[in-house]
Amino acid sequence: MDKGKAQSYRARENRKYLILEILGILLGLVWISPFYLMLVNSFKVPREIFANVLNFPSAFNFDNYVVAFDDLNFIRSFFNSLLITLVSVGVIILFSSMAGYALARNKSRLSSFILLTFVAAMLIPFQSVMIPLTANFGRAGMLNRAGLIFMYLGFGGSLAIFLYHGAMTRISTSLDEAAIIDGANKFQIFFRIVFPLLSPISVTVAILNVIWIWNDYLLPSLVLSRRNETIPIRMFYFFGQYTRQWHLALAGLTIAILPVIIFYFSAQKTIVEGVTEGAVK
Amino acid sequence: MKNKELSFWLFITPVILSLSLVVILPVFMGFFYSFTDWNGLGFNNFIGLTHYRRLLEDSQFRQSLWFTFRFAFVSVIVLNVMGLSLAVLVTSKLKSRNLLRTVFFMPNLIGGLILGFIWQFIFIRVFAALGNFTGIDGLMGWLSTPTTGFWGLVILMVWQQAGYIMIIYIAYLQGIPKELIESANIDGATPFQKFRFIIFPLIAPGFTVSMFLTLSSSFKIYDQNLSLTGGGPFNSTQMVAMNIVDTAFSSNQMAYGQSKAVVFFFIVALFSLTQVYYNKKREVDL
Repeated sequence: MDKGKAQSYRARENRKYLILEILGILLGLVWISPFYLMLVNSFKVPREIFANVLNFPSAFNFDNYVVAFDDLNFIRSFFNSLLITLVSVGVIILFSSMAGYALARNKSRLSSFILLTFVAAMLIPFQSVMIPLTANFGRAGMLNRAGLIFMYLGFGGSLAIFLYHGAMTRISTSLDEAAIIDGANKFQIFFRIVFPLLSPISVTVAILNVIWIWNDYLLPSLVLSRRNETIPIRMFYFFGQYTRQWHLALAGLTIAILPVIIFYFSAQKTIVEGVTEGAVK
Repeated sequence: MKNKELSFWLFITPVILSLSLVVILPVFMGFFYSFTDWNGLGFNNFIGLTHYRRLLEDSQFRQSLWFTFRFAFVSVIVLNVMGLSLAVLVTSKLKSRNLLRTVFFMPNLIGGLILGFIWQFIFIRVFAALGNFTGIDGLMGWLSTPTTGFWGLVILMVWQQAGYIMIIYIAYLQGIPKELIESANIDGATPFQKFRFIIFPLIAPGFTVSMFLTLSSSFKIYDQNLSLTGGGPFNSTQMVAMNIVDTAFSSNQMAYGQSKAVVFFFIVALFSLTQVYYNKKREVDL
């Protein structure tokens, strides 16, 4: 009797999970459908898109991609994006970890005040500073890639310093003290001992900033000249040029998101952990 | 001692310099300029509250503000309900849970500008095709009216960011001790009771975090607005951020644009602080 009851309970549970499983998979399919629709239609000729948007293309025709790749000037915009992202992230990691270390080890009212200022600055929306910011940098002749990287340190430094400062509390000061006895100076202590211990946080900081800077549109569009345009800026002009020529627009969009998809699938676990860390802290 | 102070300043100078020049100085200059006839290069006169008075009569700005409020209100609710539901779904014993996590989070990594263009295709071409096929009129002419533009933006925002909110809730859901759920099971608690009396109070800090993040991102949204609707039709879906950019950089009214930016600053600050304050209080009460 009891055995029968347990079995029917299990059967009910299984049925519940089966329904949930099907619902989950359906929702997952809805979720990726925009990518599916983008991909299948990027291979079609306009007539085919008009005839049926949902089905597979009759042939995998790469003509759209050839046109889009050229018009996106993809190699150039890709390397511009890559250069700006990598250098900015490197600069943010280097200077924010140094600051996080100094602020955590030098316990004073001044340190707390400086940290608080950085945290408070995170609440300031970009749109409320962008007009004087671009005017000032314009007058200084700094509306270029170097200026942009400096701005990314200003906007991205706060969260990074906050994360590094938090991580420093978990690194014992006895390490610093032992190194001082061995005759190391502050720079040696930081770069040889502390910075390597901070690498989990450096990964988090790198991931958060890569996602942000790679995709950023408004700031670089105000700062960079057309010669140095990044993928999002180029995409904006490209799309404007091909409004309603969906076959070319979709091929261009597919090319533009390909680097991100490759990045995601090559480091998925690290990315999700990094993003969680950045949000929850 | 002297040496120690020197190294302290050497370590923090680069970030202090960048924060000062990039954020702090422009904030104060922005306040100042909003009371002048500044044109981006220089200014001749203090004109007091002239810009702010003009702002009160600027119907486009008022409409953008109202649209942004409505958008933020709806998307914060939908995003949190959706994000929490997805988190509950992928932390259950489903076989597909890891795959689903990957799928739900994916749009989050791609920029709003590009996603907006993809959804323009979905709303305009795919919806119209489905409308033709099924005969549902509601699928026709998306993004060509203020209402479909509004919901288009909400759908885009939820699709892009629900996965992000999901992983925040996952972090808090996984922090719930298993014993609590097991003892509730022994006591014969229903799934609703378990959710209401155990899970819900324990993930309250997750609400604070996600409400803060979704509120501020919904308020400051620009890229998605630009690429999906471009503010159209007839500026009816133009949000505050875009209104500021247009005023300053398209119509070249720098000081007037800056006065809008100052108002925007205070609204965002006020909302963020009140919201965090109330959620923190609620966390204690629970």
